[in-house]
Amino acid sequence: MSAVEFFGLCGAALVGLGFYGLIVQVHPFRKIVAFNVLGSGVFVVFGAIARRGVMGGDGADPVPQALVITGIVVAFSATALAVALVKRLAREEQETPGTEEDE
Amino acid sequence: MNVLTLALAILLLIAGAWAVVARSAFAAVSGFIVCGLLLAVVWLILGAPDVALTEAAIGGGLTGALLFGACGVLQDSSTVRNSRSVSLRIAGALLSLLVACGLGAAFLLLPEPAPGLGGEVRSSMAATGLENPVTAVLLTFRAWDTLLEKVVVLLALVGVWSFAPDSLWAGRPGVRYRLDPHVIFLAQVLCPIGIVVGVYLFWVGASAPGGAFQCATIFAALWVLVTMAGLADPLPVGRLVVRIAVVAGAVVFSGIGVAGFFWAGAFLAYPVEFAKPLILLIEAALTLSVAFTLGLLVAGSPARGEEP
Repeated sequence: MSAVEFFGLCGAALVGLGFYGLIVQVHPFRKIVAFNVLGSGVFVVFGAIARRGVMGGDGADPVPQALVITGIVVAFSATALAVALVKRLAREEQETPGTEEDE
Repeated sequence: MNVLTLALAILLLIAGAWAVVARSAFAAVSGFIVCGLLLAVVWLILGAPDVALTEAAIGGGLTGALLFGACGVLQDSSTVRNSRSVSLRIAGALLSLLVACGLGAAFLLLPEPAPGLGGEVRSSMAATGLENPVTAVLLTFRAWDTLLEKVVVLLALVGVWSFAPDSLWAGRPGVRYRLDPHVIFLAQVLCPIGIVVGVYLFWVGASAPGGAFQCATIFAALWVLVTMAGLADPLPVGRLVVRIAVVAGAVVFSGIGVAGFFWAGAFLAYPVEFAKPLILLIEAALTLSVAFTLGLLVAGSPARGEEP
């Protein structure tokens, strides 16, 4: 098995790990971390698939690389948004313990 | 496949598993950062140095800073109740195993020869005046993606700001860090190096691995470091200068895109003789805006009044 195929499978394993965390973790913050692991795995699988083209004699294919760079930045933005949401939820729970939110 | 490759893969999977199942949130984030840095090495092996730079700077750096910052705030609520029933854990593990195996099998069963766009990109490179094919794809062939990515990052920032309570609307984001001599020392050592590396990556991005996003990420990380040292405080997000800095990249990019209708006949098309200077202008505006936006995303929602 070549290194590219091997890392493609590692990416698939990361997707599985992240998916497991998404299911079994209770706290939303832990789900965010697990989702990021899942996303990294998807990027690696994609990168390995792109690399196969290079092995097939097509030369370096920059399009998937550019897509992954875009994907990493967008994943970071989504994570920041999710973290801000979880922080705000924690703040609401602290201020009004046991009652409904009034905002 | 040699021993190092195998060791890298094992470490990567251990770090990934640790990020998912570790007991405390802090330990999980540590695992995630290790995972991000190892992934950067994987990207190098996969022949994508541009992605490796981005992954190291964002996956290992900025996301780590963001998640560690959240750990501090969420300390009370994140360590409690970590109990799913054993049957649900087993079912989840089986389902995840199925997903991973399915994905792995799909990957191994892909048709040969693999398709790709490398040839087309290479044959059209001359028109862009650039030598790094990844930068060429980001700023010419797939410029739409990059423009929309900038808008997504901007929308995420608007979303983060919107989570501020009414009383703190347009206030300063994040906590005020106290002056810490150790972090100050770190900032003093790293900032000059970081600025040189960032500008180098920006400039070399036209012909070698690097570019606007990598440079912007490094600048954002430096700014986060300076605020953590207590040397600077984020401006209130209601200030006009902050708003301008954040939207400048998207405005310049769309402006040049619309101008493309007049001088090259299509949205986001550049006249061949001015392609490179225009791309540099867009990259400069993007770097400024993305650096500000990423830094502000790490800082989070407004959490204090407008006074320092």
